[in-house]
Amino acid sequence: MKLIYLLIITVLLAVCSLFVGVENVSFSALWNLDEEAWNIVLISRLPRMLSIVMAGTSLGICGLIMQQLTQNKFVSPTTAGTMDWARLGILVSLLVFTDASPIWKMCIAAAFALFGTLLFMGILQRLKQKDTIFIPLVGIMLGNVVSSIATFFALKFDLVQNMSSWLQGDFSLIMEGRYELLYISVPLLIIAFLFANMFTVAGMGEDFATNLGLPYKYVVNVGLIIVAIITAVVILTVGVIPFLGLIVPNIVSIYRGDNLKNSIWHTAVLGASFLLVCDIAGRLIIYPYEISVGLMVGVIGTGIFLYMLLRRKAYA
Amino acid sequence: MIVAEKLSKFFGSKKVIQDVSVEVKRGAITSFIGPNGAGKSTLLSMVSRLLKQDDGIVYLDGKDVHKQKSKDLAKTIAILRQSNVVQMRLTVRELVSFGRFPYSSGRLTAEDEQKVSEAIAYVNLEELEDKYLNELSGGQKQRAFIAMVLAQDTEYILLDEPLNNLDMKHAVQMMKLLRKLVEDFGKTILLVIHDINFASVYSDRIVAMKDGQIVAEGPTEDIIQSDVLKSIYDLDIDVHNISCNRICVYF
Ligand SMILES: Nc1ncnc2c1ncn2[C@@H]1O[C@H](COP(=O)(O)OP(=O)(O)O)[C@@H](O)[C@H]1O
Ligand SMILES: [Mg+2]
Repeated sequence: MKLIYLLIITVLLAVCSLFVGVENVSFSALWNLDEEAWNIVLISRLPRMLSIVMAGTSLGICGLIMQQLTQNKFVSPTTAGTMDWARLGILVSLLVFTDASPIWKMCIAAAFALFGTLLFMGILQRLKQKDTIFIPLVGIMLGNVVSSIATFFALKFDLVQNMSSWLQGDFSLIMEGRYELLYISVPLLIIAFLFANMFTVAGMGEDFATNLGLPYKYVVNVGLIIVAIITAVVILTVGVIPFLGLIVPNIVSIYRGDNLKNSIWHTAVLGASFLLVCDIAGRLIIYPYEISVGLMVGVIGTGIFLYMLLRRKAYA
Repeated sequence: MIVAEKLSKFFGSKKVIQDVSVEVKRGAITSFIGPNGAGKSTLLSMVSRLLKQDDGIVYLDGKDVHKQKSKDLAKTIAILRQSNVVQMRLTVRELVSFGRFPYSSGRLTAEDEQKVSEAIAYVNLEELEDKYLNELSGGQKQRAFIAMVLAQDTEYILLDEPLNNLDMKHAVQMMKLLRKLVEDFGKTILLVIHDINFASVYSDRIVAMKDGQIVAEGPTEDIIQSDVLKSIYDLDIDVHNISCNRICVYF
């Protein structure tokens, strides 16, 4: 598929996203500068659309970076436990620094996410068994342990309400003033694009990369820091969106290969359109009610993940 | 010139390289031979700065390799390790293009593209250049990796068992190519090689290792001798002169 077609589809989906919702906003109302229609668009629909595009793009790229650096197609922020660590981080920031500002929460969540991901990478290096499917299982187990610890403290300190809002990604509460933290992902994505070639080489392994003069550890750390911050930011603003970082890079890999130079743009755009589709579907299926995007992605993502598992021989 | 001085390396408590000192002359092929586990791969990894020695120093053209910039070294010395697995979906051409990474960090110039094409032609993979690596046979993959190292266009080329998986025809072509690189371009080549006759016919010097030490070293004709080989391999080996080559028979 050509990138340009993918882009056009994404733009169309983004426009659709602006017009779907309980309050009817028509194109003609906007054309006639109807104040109410414009208010709805500017205060809620546009922020929602922008946050979907940013979250989808960033999570896709996060997955791509992680899969490249670990050389494992089943690793992603979901399956490495990164998301669970970020949530634990948010909880800790609420407990220890009550009234923490969003930036603070983000920093602490990102620090936890980074720690968790490094821990996962460390375990990965020590594992004798390099079976592709065993590694994400370890990550998921680790993530579940972290998640239970978080739930335990949430129960104990009466923060369950708070916690569950990050449990399932949801764009329905996004509006002006509640999503701007997501813009932090933009410069990070730019860095990811600049590092694309280096991530590709780093993916060939430490010896291979060193032979080519690449500062391997530095590149890996840059990649993991990008992943940690983006994950934290997305969870804080939107909530957990599982599997996107896993499946989008895999789909792109099938038709573009694994040279990031060829696949990073496709991953970015496909990530955005995938999330737009899930969100629009979630808004339409039980209209006028909504199915949260986390659930939608979870259901569709699990299906694709299962399919990938079944045909994983074709990957190896 | 590569000079290793009193190199030692431990893995755990096991000393796998013991006080090895060796000099590798420029503009020649030097083959490292010896039984499995002798420490040949470990020595080459240390020489190429992929592995840090526990003791001793490696000098490359008079300078400590571990004190030079990795990026500059990548334009001077290239190594192909013994086993190379790629999980990634990459085409042959993409892999070979990595060889130009030290020069252009992934944004290839016309000159880079030229060198990449040249390297692919050297190993006869032109027809397969757009194929994904996981669709190739073991020998074709090995040739793709060698092409990548050649594209790196370094003065020193280290190849750890480059003939792995190659059929006879390609093995001979590969050795002839290496000789050509030495004669026409003055490259310095270090090989680890198991086929003693390939070592005998194509190398200028041979370094024999055993149990982490160098047991014999010198011009090829001095090493390819029944008594020397017996001490290295514990095997009776007859050496015959056949059309000006020293050929070993050990069956
Ligand atoms: N990463 C490692 N960890 C532990 N032991 C190792 C490692 N690499 C090599 N060795 C040991 O070092 C010795 C030399 O290995 P190597 O240099 O690969 O030998 P050669 O290439 O001559 O066959 C062997 O006994 C091997 O078991
Ligand atoms: Mg070896």
